[in-house]
Amino acid sequence: MIIEKLLHSQGAWLAGDAGHGAVISTRVRLARNLADTPFPGWAQEPVRQAVWDRVHPVVAALDGMQDAFLLAMNALDEVDKRVLCERHLISLELAERADGCGVVARRDETVSVMINEEDHLRLQTIRPGNALPAAWRELDALDSELGRQLPYAFSARLGYLTACPSNVGTGLRASAMLHLPGLTLMNEMEPIVRGLGKIGLTVRGVAGEGTEACGNLFQVSNQMTLGEREQGIVKRLDRIVTEIEDHESNARARLLEKRERIVYDYVGRAYGVLRHAEVLSSKEALYLLSGLRLGLELGVVDKLDLMVLNQLMLLMQPGHLQRVAGKRLAPEERDELRAETVRRRLRGAALLR
Amino acid sequence: MQCEHCGEREACVEVTRVVNGSATKLQLCEQCAKEQGISVSGPIALSDVLLGFGAKQEPSVQDSAGLACPRCGMKQDDFRRTGRLGCPACYEAFEAELKSLLEAMHRGLRHVGKRPVRESAPTATEYAVPALRKELDAAVAAEDFEEAARVRDLIQDAEIERRGDDDH
Repeated sequence: MIIEKLLHSQGAWLAGDAGHGAVISTRVRLARNLADTPFPGWAQEPVRQAVWDRVHPVVAALDGMQDAFLLAMNALDEVDKRVLCERHLISLELAERADGCGVVARRDETVSVMINEEDHLRLQTIRPGNALPAAWRELDALDSELGRQLPYAFSARLGYLTACPSNVGTGLRASAMLHLPGLTLMNEMEPIVRGLGKIGLTVRGVAGEGTEACGNLFQVSNQMTLGEREQGIVKRLDRIVTEIEDHESNARARLLEKRERIVYDYVGRAYGVLRHAEVLSSKEALYLLSGLRLGLELGVVDKLDLMVLNQLMLLMQPGHLQRVAGKRLAPEERDELRAETVRRRLRGAALLR
Repeated sequence: MQCEHCGEREACVEVTRVVNGSATKLQLCEQCAKEQGISVSGPIALSDVLLGFGAKQEPSVQDSAGLACPRCGMKQDDFRRTGRLGCPACYEAFEAELKSLLEAMHRGLRHVGKRPVRESAPTATEYAVPALRKELDAAVAAEDFEEAARVRDLIQDAEIERRGDDDH
């Protein structure tokens, strides 16, 4: 029922039109654990269950979480879990777990708290566009409130103690999802990725762990969590993201100046294939939707709402396709349904060239 | 940068190797990394990179693999295998091995951020400054001036914060 409702809403990180330009969405998460309690991956099942029983009512009663929904992993099927992953409400790691694991999320999907993922608690806020400081302030308040009610595992020296030493200290991971077709087409991503690595930031493809970027989408996040204040981590990433945004508009301007034909060819092909294809893999669709987004932002694609494009980014994914179809689909069937979904949604769009 | 193993090909992965509590960084090319049993293409398990690589082959002087956390029973071997700790107390139990790991992963070895509300007994500043001064003395004595400068900055931050607090 809840999942059904989600399908008809936009998804926090793609809502509104704040996400135009290079920054699609920004996200901040905190890893927290209960004192004197084994971490979820090492805990016996009854312990995990006890953590779940203790924590979920506290989370659900937090300020701003009154209208939240609660989903236990053992009550969901594979497709539902996938839908939640695609909406960034849960992680793949949580999806693979069952008893004593779940999520409490606000109905507008801007806040979610995973229980018994790698850590007892993973709190996240996600916002469309470039809004790291605001996302952090909101998460900070939520965490302080939770810390009043639950005894966190904390050491004066090492900070918040987490299952993986890579998160210890602040437990903070801030990230931005960036759409960078200009820099990619100008072949300028590689030095940027290398440079970011040198200052302790990680760049990944949109699908997460794998390194390959898809659809010109990149996720930039901090790697270090110990030895720096939360505000420092957020500010530094925020500054870098703004810088990359500037580089991207700069690259687009240079592209139009020097390689105009290549840009419009990319946009035109994207438009043509998306409007008429009968079969679309998710990778191809993501790549072409990136071209269409670029066209929209350059003003050569008309009669298309950015919201429709954002919605397609969700609806074209395997979980969403299967949930809408109401049944499991083989990959080839998904590719057909994906093409059909895209064609239908782009019916009115026009190319101004 | 050239691969530090074969010295021929371009390095594409940085591997942090922890042996007996000390971390070294190596730049490797794809082929040498593969030969060392590190998968370059797939997602790399943290434990492979940080702990597993090469560590097993080397005779360890004080074998700590049998060490266990008194609280949750996790053995150091379990941690090496999974890359995840068993419980909050593991941080103390495996302190020696974790130190170099944390050094390789993070900006510093001391938490300087937020504290839970329940931990409010000494304020962050009251707690931090005397402890930081001791660390500063130790760093100077050890002639680790980089660390000393970092700790000095932390003390200055803390003092500015304290003065700010007094104003309210």
